[in-house]
Amino acid sequence: MSIFQFISDFFRDSAHWHGQSGIPHRTLEHLQYSFMALGIAAGIALPVGLVTGHTGRGGNALALIATAARALPSYGLLVLMFFWLGIGLTPVMIPLVALAVPPILVNSYEAMRTVEPSPVDAARGMGMGPVAVLFQVELPVALPLILSGLRSAAIQVVSTTAIAATVSLGGLGRFVIDGLYQRNYEIVVGGATLIAGLALAMIALFWLVERLTVSPGVRGGR
Amino acid sequence: MISHTKSTTGPRHLSATAIVIAAATAAALLAGCSSSSDSSSDPSASSSGGGSKPKDPLAAPAAGGTVVVGSNNFAESILLMDVYGEALKAKGVKVSYQPNIGTREVSYGLLKNGSVTVLPEFNGSLLAYLDKSAAPTSAQAATAAIEAKLDPKLTMLDPAAAEDKDSVTINAATAAKYHLTSQSTIADLAKVGSQIVVGGSPEFQTRQQGLVGLKSEYGLVPKSFKPLDAGGPLTVAALKNNNVQAADVFSTDASVAREKFVVLQDPKKLFGFANVQPLVSKAGLPAAGVAALNAVSAKLDTKTLLDLDNQVQNQKKDPLDVAQAWLKSVGLS
Repeated sequence: MSIFQFISDFFRDSAHWHGQSGIPHRTLEHLQYSFMALGIAAGIALPVGLVTGHTGRGGNALALIATAARALPSYGLLVLMFFWLGIGLTPVMIPLVALAVPPILVNSYEAMRTVEPSPVDAARGMGMGPVAVLFQVELPVALPLILSGLRSAAIQVVSTTAIAATVSLGGLGRFVIDGLYQRNYEIVVGGATLIAGLALAMIALFWLVERLTVSPGVRGGR
Repeated sequence: MISHTKSTTGPRHLSATAIVIAAATAAALLAGCSSSSDSSSDPSASSSGGGSKPKDPLAAPAAGGTVVVGSNNFAESILLMDVYGEALKAKGVKVSYQPNIGTREVSYGLLKNGSVTVLPEFNGSLLAYLDKSAAPTSAQAATAAIEAKLDPKLTMLDPAAAEDKDSVTINAATAAKYHLTSQSTIADLAKVGSQIVVGGSPEFQTRQQGLVGLKSEYGLVPKSFKPLDAGGPLTVAALKNNNVQAADVFSTDASVAREKFVVLQDPKKLFGFANVQPLVSKAGLPAAGVAALNAVSAKLDTKTLLDLDNQVQNQKKDPLDVAQAWLKSVGLS
């Protein structure tokens, strides 16, 4: 049986389309876990990255933290947290946040560091205060790089959220894990396809956000 | 063909030799495998092929008069090997040990060719290996079904009461809360089923030996089900932390004794049979040996096996010492 056969069987089976274990509900759960982790990670990493990038201090410490967090194996961390905290959302959030923080942190730091000094000087020369310089000049210029950090974090988190299913939570990983245990490969392939589709949807989403938020002057560049 | 390869260049020749060696090794391996699988059609062929010329050190037939007690490669099997061996020694039988043989696929073949005389087995698992479609309703029926499929040179001795199989196991807090003991059945848990969260491997949700059977046989409909792993560390951790109140844990898992879990009785045999039972070669074991092993089986129940497993796996005692001490305590040494 070909993979395409598996995929079409999976999506054609009407039983897969409703209820607690239906595709819409599982997708919603998956997005819920993913955006929650992404939100927490952005809440931690964005301010730290922006401030350190703006002041130019603490870059080395930042690089150290980011590298350390990147080296953490998500699944190992999940199992460890599960043994410690039991069934729940927290043991899943910890590895996902640890996964999402480094790209956001590093990109926002780099984005602020690499803002060209000439527009900043010009803004100061026009009498803008530090807060206005940050929000009206530096941030808009740095935005594309910051968004690209958020985008890679989102793609990684959406793909990795599947591991939540190993500790009895929902999400699209449920299809993959249950299918493997029940030797029902149609479900495995269908679930994997959905996860890959969501990851691609993240790229589309961030492309749209970039179109809407980045100033045409910055986007048009040079 | 060979002359053709000889005429080619050096490296080509070398690789051809390697292929010949690999093919010969594969052939030897295949011969070893086939001797364990085609026996039912022609038992005499396998006996002459397996026993006469040893292919590897493990396959050497036992020296005259010595009973070789083997084990598969897990702690409980090794412990049972020591129990059987020491019980035989106590009756004056000459014993040598062959631990850690591997899996059933290998050990069964070694029994057939006479290299191993006695092996601790689990009747349900052995039957599933010999006949996938069998569904016995009693331990006696299981033994009979195994005998029917077994190589004619082999036989099963008496089964012990001790079983190691899937189970519904509850944690100490749940047992205390609902006054359940190791004598309670799954049906007793069903009465408070609406307050119980069950954990197990994801396929437990859909198979007969799982939620389906628990409902139809015992009327147990839990509050919810948490898919974890197959009696592994996640399930044990969730049960220990009381995230789930009941779980599918193997009935003699080392965690049962360590965490004071309670294995509930399964009178309707939903989870089948997995009694500890000696698989022996008829010719190799003297009558005194048969009597000695049957005496062991008569004394060995699940509680005892749990206790012995606990001493070996949690308290890290030497299995041989544990076996000797237990045999002494029940008057079999």
